[in-house]
Amino acid sequence: MELKNAVAGTLESGDIMIQIGPGEGLQVELQSSVAAQFGRQIKSVITETLQGLGVSDAFVKATDKGALDCTIRARVTAAAVRATGKDVWK
Amino acid sequence: MMFVPGNNPGMMADAHIYGPDSIMLDLEDSVTMAEKDAARLLVHNALKSIDYGDTEMVVRINPLNTPYGRKDVEAVVKAGVDVIRMPKTETADEVRELEAEIIKVEEELGCVGRTQIMAAIESALGIVNAYEIATASKRMMGIALGAEDYTANLKTPRTLEGSELLLARETIVVAARAAGIACFDTVYSNLDDMETFRKEVELIKNLGFDGKSIINPRQIQVVNEVFAPKQKDIDKALRIIAAIKEARAKGSGVIAVNGKMVDRPVVLRAERVVALAIASGILNEEELS
Repeated sequence: MELKNAVAGTLESGDIMIQIGPGEGLQVELQSSVAAQFGRQIKSVITETLQGLGVSDAFVKATDKGALDCTIRARVTAAAVRATGKDVWK
Repeated sequence: MMFVPGNNPGMMADAHIYGPDSIMLDLEDSVTMAEKDAARLLVHNALKSIDYGDTEMVVRINPLNTPYGRKDVEAVVKAGVDVIRMPKTETADEVRELEAEIIKVEEELGCVGRTQIMAAIESALGIVNAYEIATASKRMMGIALGAEDYTANLKTPRTLEGSELLLARETIVVAARAAGIACFDTVYSNLDDMETFRKEVELIKNLGFDGKSIINPRQIQVVNEVFAPKQKDIDKALRIIAAIKEARAKGSGVIAVNGKMVDRPVVLRAERVVALAIASGILNEEELS
């Protein structure tokens, strides 16, 4: 699936900013104040969400501000939809 | 009913902590066009994942005649929302059009009939058609006034005492009561003027509204204080209900409590006081029964 560069999310508390673009395999670069405790979990939510959308090659830069898993899923999906032009709704 | 912008995940995660009766996640006016897609995903995922307890969850969608409305319906019905709030409702046909969209998604999910509808009335035409709107579908659970758009449509400013809203408010209460559904008043957006806010809540409670829309957790306490019945009214209501139960057991429909005649309307008002006392947490339903 061809990707353009796209962004979703903000740097406000409780949110996460996802920048997505072309890559080989799924590479995630995470910046988070809770990376030591939750870094693995956040990366896993990001990659699982992308795999669920059929995205297998992408470079993702994630800047986390304490987002819940549901917020991470929403922001990753929004970024992927913007990058692929393929919506999840009918 | 507390309004929460649908593009603010921090607020969406914390909103229920303040104890509103219902939360309305907004996909319409508080979300810019460029962020409609992202807000829809945030609201969908929040509804699916966050435990809002017994807080009623409402989502205000975009109108169906925009590129966003139908996708909003799909996203929130799939997430199991309790109520869809339709903005700027002017006719019963608009309610039926929304219902048809909801049914499409519910049929796909195998849960037809789950989602309720609340219509926000925000124009003169909507007020004229209030009763038809209120009775347009069995899914209608309530109608609400949206005063900012309504006063703009009337070509009048919004005043502190709200005289320009009186007809709309009374029409909405009467239409809701005639239809047997709930009615909710508009927001008051000046958070620095809690005195006028309290007066407005007192006014709309006396007009017969079931609740008030709010935009900040600071307003919850005022609404609860105004709507919670006073202890002397609760005591009186309980005496009336006890007396009428006793009279019915004896086969009589009319009794006197403290020297005043008690008939059906008095009993209905007493039951409303007790229902509000239960909703406010002053009385315990289990202890009463």
